[in-house]
Amino acid sequence: MSEAIQERYDVVVVGGGPAGIAAATVAARNGASVALLDDNPGLGGQIWRGESRTSTSAIVARWFEEFERSKVKWIHPAQVFHVENGRLMAESPEATHEIFFDKLILATGARERFLPFPGWTLPNVLGAGGLQALIKSGLAVAGKRIVIAGTGPLLLAVAACVQEHGGEIIGIAEQTTQTRFAKFGMSMLFAPGKFRETVKLGWKLKGIAHWRNCWPVAALGNERLEAVRLSHGGKIKELACDYLACGFHLIPNTELAEYLGCKIQDGFVVVDDELQTSVHGVYAAGEPTGIGGLELALIEGQIAGQAATGKTVENKKLFEARAASRVAVRVMKQAFALRSELLTLADADTLVCRCEDVSFARLREHKSWREAKLQTRCGMGPCQGKVCGPATEFLFGWKTDSLRPPLFPVRCASLAAISAITDSRELNGGTQ
Amino acid sequence: MPEHIVIRLNGKQVTVPEGTSVAVSLLSAGEACRTSVMGEARGPLCGMGICFECRVTIDGKRHIRGCQVQCEAGMDISSDE
Repeated sequence: MSEAIQERYDVVVVGGGPAGIAAATVAARNGASVALLDDNPGLGGQIWRGESRTSTSAIVARWFEEFERSKVKWIHPAQVFHVENGRLMAESPEATHEIFFDKLILATGARERFLPFPGWTLPNVLGAGGLQALIKSGLAVAGKRIVIAGTGPLLLAVAACVQEHGGEIIGIAEQTTQTRFAKFGMSMLFAPGKFRETVKLGWKLKGIAHWRNCWPVAALGNERLEAVRLSHGGKIKELACDYLACGFHLIPNTELAEYLGCKIQDGFVVVDDELQTSVHGVYAAGEPTGIGGLELALIEGQIAGQAATGKTVENKKLFEARAASRVAVRVMKQAFALRSELLTLADADTLVCRCEDVSFARLREHKSWREAKLQTRCGMGPCQGKVCGPATEFLFGWKTDSLRPPLFPVRCASLAAISAITDSRELNGGTQ
Repeated sequence: MPEHIVIRLNGKQVTVPEGTSVAVSLLSAGEACRTSVMGEARGPLCGMGICFECRVTIDGKRHIRGCQVQCEAGMDISSDE
């Protein structure tokens, strides 16, 4: 029978992206014993996937180096599947971990929202951030014809990444209007850091088609993607391509916070000035508190690391940067609001739940996420609604609820390990 | 230039650069990762461990997300789900 490895730390950080790295490093610098759990093969989350201390980016190299020099225990790849007051359970390929903590920092990052349209389940139709993650994991795109579609500045970052790796970008399909996109460009003038970033991206991508009022209506192909059909300014055009990369906003990963009972508002984890959630001793940093990007994630990670180790957070600059990023987030939300035409992309046979192959026609008969789950198995496959949940939220206005243990599909051995612990505690007269 | 390693994909020997993820090795070879409930071929989608579309059997261990595992020399990968 499998047994759990038991450990205890002052501070446990979940998520090894920039926010998690900053939080763990700062907490360790303050003398706390710290563990950082992450599900990915390497450190850095998605934005720093495949990076290391030898990175050409000074900021990446600095944080990796600081992290490596710190005494943080990096437990990876490990997937948290249960958490409660002062204790969490995680599964790694070799073992089940039972970890006790005083303070918990959730730096769980974000994922993409995918919208279903005919053909989107064909192989080689990828997420936009998904394509970027796969390139960072070794996908060779040199000479490949690629269409990038969806919304937001992420599409530009993905395009730049494709271009750097020699891919042929057929075009970028941005669903928002010309006016809104232009307004977004103007507003970037008032966000110095982001402005530089955006100008740099724009310069890199000059000469690449960027279509506004444009979105995918169908992916075409037999065994795999061969072409995409786009709606562009009221006309339909068909383009042959090898990969189609689609992303319709980032969705914060708030499942762990919700599971713990942290207050969530408008999809984000509610935190105070020191980034403590509504649950005492539980902090959140980075995308779960509001999609703010790399700079804000690093700032919030540092604030959370300070706060969780009982140090006062008095860095006024940090708070100012947080406030400025909040404004940028609001601007983005307006500029890239999803248009109503996207509600009609799926036809009756389009699959919405990819795990259980549940079609749009079967889902639209139901009134709620719960009812749809019970009747169709939508959201009950391995991804546990992480893909179809945000899609049905947009399509039907459903709220995905009912998070239950285990939070993540785990081996029976891990479940056995929990029950073994619970049993022995009951025999020994209660929990720690 | 990265070193290259040899793996087995659905019984065939394939050479990939070191550091390539299992999901990428399948995508590059034009192999599907799994077959859906209704029999559709599926490949990676999210690339970051969320969607489970790239789950495969690695060295006999089932339901492993290919995007979260790097290829290792001699690894035996099959898309039999």
